[in-house]
Amino acid sequence: MTMAIEIASWFLLVSGSIFCVIGGIGLHRMPDFYTRTHAASITDTLGAGQVLVGLMLQEGLTLVTVKLIMVGVLLFLTSPTAAHALVKAAAAHGVRFDGAPGGVSEAADERAGDD
Amino acid sequence: MKRDLVLFLLLAAIWQLWSGHAETLILVFGLLSCLIVTLMARRMDRTDGSFVDWMLAARSLLYVPWLLLEIVKSNLQVAGVILNPRLAIRPRLVRVKGSQKTELGQVIYANSITLTPGTITLDVRDGEFLVHALTEEAAAGVESGNMDRRVTALEGRR
Repeated sequence: MTMAIEIASWFLLVSGSIFCVIGGIGLHRMPDFYTRTHAASITDTLGAGQVLVGLMLQEGLTLVTVKLIMVGVLLFLTSPTAAHALVKAAAAHGVRFDGAPGGVSEAADERAGDD
Repeated sequence: MKRDLVLFLLLAAIWQLWSGHAETLILVFGLLSCLIVTLMARRMDRTDGSFVDWMLAARSLLYVPWLLLEIVKSNLQVAGVILNPRLAIRPRLVRVKGSQKTELGQVIYANSITLTPGTITLDVRDGEFLVHALTEEAAAGVESGNMDRRVTALEGRR
């Protein structure tokens, strides 16, 4: 049983780390500010989430696990709020949708204009 | 006021649980911090909703697991997009109507959209959400309104 928990824990820790790296790769590959935030949210959610659950499995039912849960709750409330504030500020300052193959800028420009 | 007292006691309990120390100095620090936070919370106006909505908390037991599953699914999608050498993205803006009646409901919906990778809420105005989507798939996901309905159900009737 402890062996199974150990394996699950390390699987989550390694997998979470891999998703953090994927988020980092995405930050470099994405063409503009807005698309980069999508990559960053991988690190915030599945990356951090899996690492936290992995650490909880290491600890078992202790106070540390309760604290880890609170870290997770805090992260899941603050990271979308911060991401929203970032993109809203970017749109308000007219940061463009550069390099987007789809060509989507009009709506954002118009929106940014009236803020 | 009752609300302030409840908040203060809650904060004090959480402080004690987190710190685990019982020295006089630490306790005094804790009580002072809780008092300051309570006073600050009092000065901020909370206009929408009640202090603690137990029914909402109970309904979220259904919503949160669903949201976590959605987050995992969209994470895998976006991770696939990033690792795909072609980088097949089609960034676009979509406008969706939110059916939430309270500000709290709108905040939950906007944050849920942002929390799922591939979509991010740019602006909320008059119950309309401006969403930046990374791919067609992500845009279609928001436009389907599935999450909107679930958040409104979570919000309940008032």
